[in-house]
Parts: sequence; structure tokens; C-alpha cells
Amino acid sequence: MRPVYMISGGVSKFAKSRNRLTFQAMVKEAFSYAMRDCPKLQLEHIDGSIASYFSDHFQGQLMAGIMAHDYLGLCPKPSKRVEGGGATGGLCFQAAYEAVASGRMEVCVAFGFETMSRVRTWKGNELIALASDTNFDYPLGGFYTGYYAMMVVRHMHEFGTTVEQMAKVSVKNHTNALHNPYAQKPMMISVQDVLESPMVAYPLKRLDICLMSDGAACVILASEKAAKRFGKKDIRISGIGTGTDAMRLSDRPHGKVPLLAHESASDYRNMRYPGVHSCRAGRMAAIEAYQMAGIKNPLHDLSFVELHDAYTSSEIQTYEDLGLCKYGEGGMFIDSGAPEIGGTCPVNPSGGLLACGHPIGATGLMQAVFSFWQLQGSIREHFGSAKLQVRNPRRGLIHSHAGTGTYVTVSILERD
Amino acid sequence: MKSAFNKKYFTDLKKLKWAHNLKGLKKMPPIVLSRHDETDYIHSYGENSPFFAGLAHNEILGTRCRKCKTKFATPRLSCLQCGTDCNWFLLPKTGRIHSWTKCYFGGESFLKETPYFLILVEFKGVNSLLLSRLKGVKDEKHVEINMEVEAHFSKKPKYEITDLWFEKK
Repeated sequence: MRPVYMISGGVSKFAKSRNRLTFQAMVKEAFSYAMRDCPKLQLEHIDGSIASYFSDHFQGQLMAGIMAHDYLGLCPKPSKRVEGGGATGGLCFQAAYEAVASGRMEVCVAFGFETMSRVRTWKGNELIALASDTNFDYPLGGFYTGYYAMMVVRHMHEFGTTVEQMAKVSVKNHTNALHNPYAQKPMMISVQDVLESPMVAYPLKRLDICLMSDGAACVILASEKAAKRFGKKDIRISGIGTGTDAMRLSDRPHGKVPLLAHESASDYRNMRYPGVHSCRAGRMAAIEAYQMAGIKNPLHDLSFVELHDAYTSSEIQTYEDLGLCKYGEGGMFIDSGAPEIGGTCPVNPSGGLLACGHPIGATGLMQAVFSFWQLQGSIREHFGSAKLQVRNPRRGLIHSHAGTGTYVTVSILERD
Repeated sequence: MKSAFNKKYFTDLKKLKWAHNLKGLKKMPPIVLSRHDETDYIHSYGENSPFFAGLAHNEILGTRCRKCKTKFATPRLSCLQCGTDCNWFLLPKTGRIHSWTKCYFGGESFLKETPYFLILVEFKGVNSLLLSRLKGVKDEKHVEINMEVEAHFSKKPKYEITDLWFEKK
């Protein structure tokens, strides 16, 4: 495989409803932004695209991917859709990486979108829950928040994680988003506000859970030669990893922890892993990506992380899967302040899914765009404020997550 | 068919104005309509059918891998660990709560059932869990991990997973 560079990106504002535009026009908004930000790149230089959207139910349109591809003026070049639940954006990013790394394309566009405003919130929850086993799981409640609630109840039982620690994640991400103009719901809130918000599924409350959104995002990847030609040979994708696990939470094994370079078997002598408290797919994705990027100690080797915080609890679980701390220490990790802006390794400096919103197919690509701008040092230019700019970032991680941890992707972006 | 949405979400088509000026069209607000979708499916449980037949006879069937002997409480006829075929076996009718939650909301068609308890049940000597409802309890203060629960079966089976639920033993 040959080196792959990210040369541009754009995001079309995430909001509860964007019904002034069709999904194609939303994608074009993000794409045009990316093209303007890389002026030497012209449409004729693009070899093809990968489309990212999760649900045919939300779009109410089959083959929506080609409709966005043709709207961008990319016909008759190659294109395809990738889909893997919440990780669709991350999988799309990696599919575009593969198109360039394999030598098939010099320049590949990855675009993603979702129009979740077209159904009511609880209907939307029902449609999302079709991504659980419809024979054994869905008929019991049709509710993903219920599944995540059971995961964190077990996490609390195993490790003593508290609702206050979860609330701190919500406060961090919502207040970070105050400086991100793309975010759907920036909020100045306190731990108390989170704890007093309405209970959705014990112990997850309204402010522990991400939003449904309309929005789009777009990433442009290129070979070394093309990146040089377009004057954007700064940010390289130095590692990719993907892990999987069984669709049904109830099927998860209770075995041994797959170890990262800085861990040892004695760290986890009595742990039954992953059970329902941890995500083996996230750990496997991290192992693959870290090996490729040469990351030995993630907490110190990463300048920041944009991870899939669909729930405050999943951010805590993901600290552990990614090895930012040991399994069981996720709650203490947020207490330590390490993931705050200015901490050892800021996590979700953008505000994450909790505050930016989660238009599913766009989310994983949004993380790539924000990380690209972080590594370029151009947050001020794109956000209109440098408050969220991580200082001298060298390497960033993006993490995209589906189901109850069924597909998970980890990709590493790095300043060359 | 009447839309489930409040009409405020839709354009009042009677009041829709035509600009008579092509230059202004790009600023026109969107026309927003209601569309209805409803489908009946022919659903097959396929090789999992014995499980649902079992519930109607007050039995819970699990499966066991022929090669590595892993036992699954939620049946699967192909082993998660090694991909080998599995055989059916009878699960005990009591187990313990591995994890739980109380849902105050749910997918739209489940809202009328809220609040409800979801539990993951573990059975002695079985490697995987079974998702079910916990009934007969109102207050979450009376629910905890490791609590013993026993199976109850619907007297009028609908051949759905909801024919089975658990209550505190």
C-alpha cells in the first residue's frame, strides 16, 4: 500500500432539520467548501467517490448515493456506497483510503449525509433499532438507548463508574461545542443539569444522549504525488483499523482482553472480557491502527481524539478500548481532566456527537474534517475562533462505532 | 391517511405564493408535504423456528456448538467462536440478572408499554445471555445484578420473543 494524504474537507452545518435543501444539495455544500479550501484541485482531477449514509428508511430513497454523486458532477466516474450502522462514516473514510492506497485512484472523495428530521424522534428510534436482531432483540423495546443503558449498568457494577462521571463527559462536550459553529446544540451546562435532565433509560438521561440531525460532511483523500501537486502534502493517514463483534449484545463472549503494546496480562487477571461492559471491536480496531502507525502508548502518542460519543457512557467505554487508560479506569480518566481541552489528550474537542449532532452517515467524516483542521492548525480559520485549537498537534485519532459495538473503525491522521 | 405529525410541519399549500419573478425563486421556502409508508411483511424465523415453538410449550431452547461446546442462551445454529453447527438443548427456567435497565421511552410502537424493564439473563453453565423483559417489579430500587429470576410464558402465544418474560424468584 502506498501513502495516503487528506488534502481537504468540509462540513454542512448539522441541525435538527435542514429541509430547505435536499440531501444532494447538503452534500454539495460540504463538497464545495472542501474544493474551495484546496483551490488547485479541479473536478477533473477527482477519480471517484464513496458514499456514506446509514438508513434507507430515513432517506426514503434507495440508491441515494448515486444521486449525490451525480449532483456533484462526478458521473460517469466510479462510485459506491458503504454502510455499517453508526460506523458508516468511518468505514467510508477507510474505503476511500483503500481506493487511493491500492493505486486505483489518485484522488477520491468520501461524502456522507443523513436526513433524520423526516420522521418523529421516537419513530426514528424505532428505525434505528432495526439495526438490532429483529427476532430476538427488537420486539422487546426497539430501543438502542435501552441496550446502552444495560452496557453501562454492568460497567458501573464491574468498575464502580458513576453517573457523575458520565455527566462530566456531557458537560465537557457540550461546553467545547460553544466554540464550534458547526455544532447543533452547544450548551453551557453543569453536572447538576445533566443529572436533573429527564431519565430516558436508567441511568442514561436526556443530556447523556446524542441528537438526531440533518447534515453532511465531505473528505478528499489523495496519493502523495497528487497531494504534492495540489499543495496539500501535510496530513497523512498513518494507520487504519477495523474491529467487529456479534450483533446481539447477549452473544458477547466472556474471555481475555486483547492487549495493547503498553499493557500486560497481569493488568486484567480477573476480567471477563468483553462481556457487555466493553467493546472488543473498538479494541481490535485500535490494535490494528496502532500497529500500522507505530503507536506504543496512545495517551502520549496522540495529540487529541475525536470519538463516537453517542452516549456519555460510550465515551467512557471508548477511553478504555483505545487504551487511553486501562479497562475499568474510564470514570477516573474523565475525573483526572486528561480529556479536557488543555489536558494530556483532549477528547472530542469539537463537542463530539453529544453536542455536534449525529447525522449518521456524515458523523465519521465530520470527525475527519475537524481532525484535519486541528492538525493543520486552521481551527481559527474554519471555526472563527481558536479556542478549540489543540496546541502543536502531531497526531489525531478518529473513532467511528456501530450498533452496540459491532463495527468499529479507528483511523490515525498525522502531520508529515 | 391522516399524518401523525402536527400540521405546523407542513406547508399550507392554499397560501403558497407564486413569485412571478424567476430571480427570486432560489429564495423560495421549501414545499414540505406528508408522505405515508406502510408495509406488511412475510417474516420467517427460518432455522430459529424451534425456539419460538418451544416458548408456546413453556420451554426455552438454547444451542450448543458441536465442536467447541460453547452454549448459547440466545439460540444460533452456527457457533460464534468457531463457525461450527450447533444443536438444540433445553435451558433452565431460572437464571440471574446480568444487567438491566428501566426504559421510560422506546421505539414509537413501544411507547404505550413504558416504563418497562429490560434484563440480560445469565444461566448457570451457559456462555451467552438472553435479552428479556422483567415484570412484576415497579421500582428500580428492587432490581439488582445477580438477582434470581424465573421464566414466565404467555398462555396465548404469539410466537414472538415477548411470549417469554422473567419475574423475581
